[in-house]
Amino acid sequence: MQTPPRPVDLADDRDPAFQAEVARRSGQALASCYQCGNCTAGCVFTPDYDIPVHQVMRLVQVGLRKRALACRAIWLCATCQACTTRCPNNIDVAKVMDVLRHMARLAGHAPEPNVKTFTDSFLSSVAKHGRVFEAGLAAVFALKSGKPLQDASLGLPMLTRGKLSLTPHEPEGNGKAEVAAIFSRFRFAGQGASRCADQGVSRNSHDDVQRGGKPSGKTEDKR
Amino acid sequence: MSAPAATPPTFAYYPGCSQTGTAAEYDRSSRACCAALGVRLVDVPDWTCCGSTPAHTVDHVLAGALAARNLLQAELIGHDRVTTPCPSCLAALRTASHHLAEPEAEDSETGLRAPSFRTEVERLLDRPAPLRADAVSVLQVLVEDVGVEAIAAAVKAPLAGLRVAPYYGCIMNRPPGLMAFDDPENPTALDRLLAACGATVVDYPFKTECCGAAFGMPRLDIMQRLSARLLGMAADCGADAIVVACPLCQMNLDLRRSQVNACAGKNHAMPVPYFTQLLGLALGLPEDALGLDKLVVPLAPALEAAKARAAEPKNANGGGPKENAPCA
Repeated sequence: MQTPPRPVDLADDRDPAFQAEVARRSGQALASCYQCGNCTAGCVFTPDYDIPVHQVMRLVQVGLRKRALACRAIWLCATCQACTTRCPNNIDVAKVMDVLRHMARLAGHAPEPNVKTFTDSFLSSVAKHGRVFEAGLAAVFALKSGKPLQDASLGLPMLTRGKLSLTPHEPEGNGKAEVAAIFSRFRFAGQGASRCADQGVSRNSHDDVQRGGKPSGKTEDKR
Repeated sequence: MSAPAATPPTFAYYPGCSQTGTAAEYDRSSRACCAALGVRLVDVPDWTCCGSTPAHTVDHVLAGALAARNLLQAELIGHDRVTTPCPSCLAALRTASHHLAEPEAEDSETGLRAPSFRTEVERLLDRPAPLRADAVSVLQVLVEDVGVEAIAAAVKAPLAGLRVAPYYGCIMNRPPGLMAFDDPENPTALDRLLAACGATVVDYPFKTECCGAAFGMPRLDIMQRLSARLLGMAADCGADAIVVACPLCQMNLDLRRSQVNACAGKNHAMPVPYFTQLLGLALGLPEDALGLDKLVVPLAPALEAAKARAAEPKNANGGGPKENAPCA
């Protein structure tokens, strides 16, 4: 763990509804995690995590909402499914990590800003073109990430091999408009109200693809 | 192959976005191999992005709708079986089809019925969601619908002497409940297919270890560390090539090779062909049908070395893989 541990004040920090909310969103029996550590043992991202995955599971169990939602680990999980495959209690651990990432977005956390930028740029590209426009995504990410030259050396080998299309390959029919409509219903219509009634829906989203647009602050942490 | 079937196995084919650009050779060689082995592919008309990893990390219903639209497009032309070369597309399509079959769930706290996944996806699609369509990988189609024996019988130019590390990537077989294909810890479909092509398959312990996936852009350091492990292990196993089935794995191991080598302080020159490219070579298909010129690390030196090795007189240890070195 990179952040020094601080004493946990359970009375102050604990949110008893948190485990139930994660359970409802993920459909997983979180109480059956007995902390064997098999998920962490097989996770190739453990060296990059601030909190190993079995400890993230424990944070959920004890209701430490803010710590679980503010950690970097949930943004660095690549959904490689090793944890889910190996959990002796059949918990879909990768789905729990996914759900925590959804909740963290809605609460306004982004401790790995470039991961969020990549995701948002990818989905903006899909919303705009119906398919991912790889060169456009790379350009947008380079500009937004503050690392414009990181992949500059890849341009030439891609161009010379005909791998870098400078124009998007858009769907031939209505697909582009249909995908744009899926995104606009997702952003604006407040779909899935029962699942997300607590999240509010605003109409001010731009590149930020999450439902309800950009949150005003980290207000969801203290409930 | 035994007697030709009355109707060839036919699938709706979903290429996926990568296969129109960075992985054009995977699309081209997949189509060529399927055609050569009598599998008929009908493109999903007007297909769109499956949502891939970014969509499911934001919202499961959004991911479901983006994938379901493509399953629906296949159903509308009368196809329930969709095949795709890309494991990420495969996972997105299978996840959608899996959850669309779920009934409404009752909220344990309130006792109220929550809308089903299908209902929520249909709200985003604004039309009925697909009912039956499901997806399988091109690898699964070749191994199960064509069959390894039929492939072996169709091989015209065996890859004799070529030592290959079969790399499945993380989600071709995982999680097993969803992917329902091969063994999740030690898959062998690619091993068997490559052996049928005449290659020597090394015992590669990192078959399903993650390459760093889409972190090449946002967290290059993570991708470098993980992909360097894969290349190092393949070299330790004595492989001439890492054979892949995923466009993202291929990009990390091949296009980003200079970045990975720079980080690891190595000079790995091992090519990373798609399995469909090697299969195509073994089937005697022309190189331009397989897009071999699109690989950044060229395949030709490994093929030359394999030819020379195959021509050598056999000694006690000849042709076999080197003993595995311990993993760093």
